[in-house]
Amino acid sequence: MSTIATPLPETSAAWKLPYRAKVGMASLIIAESAIFTIFVVAYLFYLGKSLSGPTPREVLETPIFYTICLLSSSLTIHFAGKFLERGRRGAFLLLWLLTIVLGGLFLFGTGQEWHRLIYEHGLTISTNLFGTTYYSLVGLHGFHVTVGLIMLTIVLLFGLAGRVGPEQSARVDVLSLYWHFVDAVWVVVFTVVYVLGR
Amino acid sequence: MSSDAIAIRTAADTDRPWVSVLHEWVTTVDHKRLGVLYILYALFFLVVGGVEATLIRIQLMWPHNDFISPQVFNRLFTMHGTTMIFFVAMPILFGFANYLVPLMVGARDMAFPRLNAFSFWLTAFGGMLLYFSLLGGNGLYGAGNAPDVGWWAYAPLASRAFSPGNSSDYWTIALLASGFGSIATAINIIATIISMRCPGMTLGRMPLFAWMNLVMSGMVLLAISPLSAAQIMLLVDRYLGGHFFDTQAGGSATLWMHFFWIFGHPEVYVLIIPCFAFVSEIIPVFSRKPIFGYPVMVGATVCIAFVSMSVWAHHMFTIGMNSYANSFFTITTMAVGVPTGIKIFNWLGTMWGGKLLFRTPMLFCIGFLFQFLIAGLTGIMLSSSPFNWQLSGSYFVVAHFHYVIVGGILFALFGAFYYWYPKITGRMLNESLGKLHFWLFLIGFHLTFDLMHIPGLLGMPRRIYTYEPGRGWDTLNFLVTIGTFVQAMAILVFVANLITSYFRGAKAGNDPWDAWTLEWTVSSPPPAYNFASVPTVLSRRPLWDLKHPEDPDSRYE
Repeated sequence: MSTIATPLPETSAAWKLPYRAKVGMASLIIAESAIFTIFVVAYLFYLGKSLSGPTPREVLETPIFYTICLLSSSLTIHFAGKFLERGRRGAFLLLWLLTIVLGGLFLFGTGQEWHRLIYEHGLTISTNLFGTTYYSLVGLHGFHVTVGLIMLTIVLLFGLAGRVGPEQSARVDVLSLYWHFVDAVWVVVFTVVYVLGR
Repeated sequence: MSSDAIAIRTAADTDRPWVSVLHEWVTTVDHKRLGVLYILYALFFLVVGGVEATLIRIQLMWPHNDFISPQVFNRLFTMHGTTMIFFVAMPILFGFANYLVPLMVGARDMAFPRLNAFSFWLTAFGGMLLYFSLLGGNGLYGAGNAPDVGWWAYAPLASRAFSPGNSSDYWTIALLASGFGSIATAINIIATIISMRCPGMTLGRMPLFAWMNLVMSGMVLLAISPLSAAQIMLLVDRYLGGHFFDTQAGGSATLWMHFFWIFGHPEVYVLIIPCFAFVSEIIPVFSRKPIFGYPVMVGATVCIAFVSMSVWAHHMFTIGMNSYANSFFTITTMAVGVPTGIKIFNWLGTMWGGKLLFRTPMLFCIGFLFQFLIAGLTGIMLSSSPFNWQLSGSYFVVAHFHYVIVGGILFALFGAFYYWYPKITGRMLNESLGKLHFWLFLIGFHLTFDLMHIPGLLGMPRRIYTYEPGRGWDTLNFLVTIGTFVQAMAILVFVANLITSYFRGAKAGNDPWDAWTLEWTVSSPPPAYNFASVPTVLSRRPLWDLKHPEDPDSRYE
């Protein structure tokens, strides 16, 4: 149709659409929420249905300290993003590093708990239904924390190399969206496993 | 305007060595090439799945037949179902979405081109894994090769004890891989539609094709994820000694059914909604009228997506749920019929008073309308739980869902092929072969699937290997199989048409159908960058505005 003139040149200067990476991450979060929902449902469905011990009440201890670590990392990453937006790279890197340390502490806590459960209480993924659902749910979350930490570390390395500036702020925000999601999932997992489940 | 092609390609383009061409296709991140790859890949598996179906039907042609062994029969129906849903229907629809969505919303590519390539290769890898089971499934001596647990792999049949060897694992991992590919594609389509629309393309002006693919992608996020989660659980059970679906350790076989059907039923709509999208683009063009009730169409699509998320347990009426659950799922299932009916009325409303052109794409769409209606009606019958208790697991159900998938989805897909083939290849598909394809397929389809309802009503169970003579099933099964052969011939005509028209078809030009959406403004096939200058749209039918500057749609919308 090249013979026909261009349509009315009423190009709207104000044509602005949402940032695609943010939309993509939001969609990923929806999909991930559905995956976690299924695991949470399985956990709740099988509560108290194990045919043999140990039971959650006997062996689980509430990981309050490590939970505080993970949840506060949401704050640090939020402010890291704010600092980056204003161009304060030093503060950004410091808070970003702190986020990684807090996330790492949380993973360490999970590792410690698993070690205790396996070696002191003999609870493995194949022991009973509790073991199966517990390790799957907490492990799936831990896997997401690990992936998040890897991505955070990549950003940190780029930041240390001086490659992350205010112009990358929107991209960094996408990553922190993922990190907030991982934290929010932990709130659910914590409630289900350590509060309702005991 | 946007179609002024920039001459990047030269004569040197045509006589490059084939290795370099192949390299370009394998490493491509262009949404159009990936779309074509998806479609070709799916067509290959369509033939594979079709051959499997034909073998199944030959086995059921006569009572006491032993054309294939019972073991092979189990593998065939498992592979047929899995292949057709995950490696034909999904990729072919994603292929069309990939190819057309950016063109229709006036974008130069998808939002994440490399993610797009990743999704395709993940899906392709899944299909290869599924068929690699034929070689690698023999984990143990005598354990069999291809998976034979049915396409829904009910527990505890899929557990280690009843499904030794690796065959079920290939099934699981193939679905997991292609599932992640589908989720990534859905994310990509959503981001493209929300963030990549050209100036002026507000949500209310978007072609219905884009709208419906947006809804479909949202459903993929919510429907495929539970399947992936359930597959992970199955792997935990099979490899780490977990007990999710292990009834010996307190696990529940019913939970697997719930998880599978939370995926399984929305999946039907994931497949049919893009077909609604095809029909909603094709019917207006061949009725020479804008779509009737655009906002209602969008609303009905969203409504179908919403309601279809809460109907899954109608696949499970026979497991003995309580009466509240039975009533709930009966009512929700019947409720889906309302927005679907609205859509059918809207398509008829579009045709009503239009100047109908009975070209092949339109013929397939009209076939779709009739057959999808009948499929919906048998669906309403099956949604009633007492009726369902009688017929669940019978050939009536097989006939019903094939009516949806073949009579609805496949017919709409064929329409889409005839409609967009000129855009994709630059050449028209042969019209006489197209009509032959349509009539042969229509006759074959009705011979097979109309008659298939009756043995179901007479009590023939699905997945049965063979049957006794004299139950009133013999003649019907024979005719059903004959219908399969007619359909196979039609598919041969179609494939022949695809191939010969690619070389000898009439040149299509930019806009062979005198259509109205943006993909017809660019050359056929479109250049790599799609639009030389990003278009601006002012109405739902930008090309109508271009062709009729004296009476543009934008004046009325």
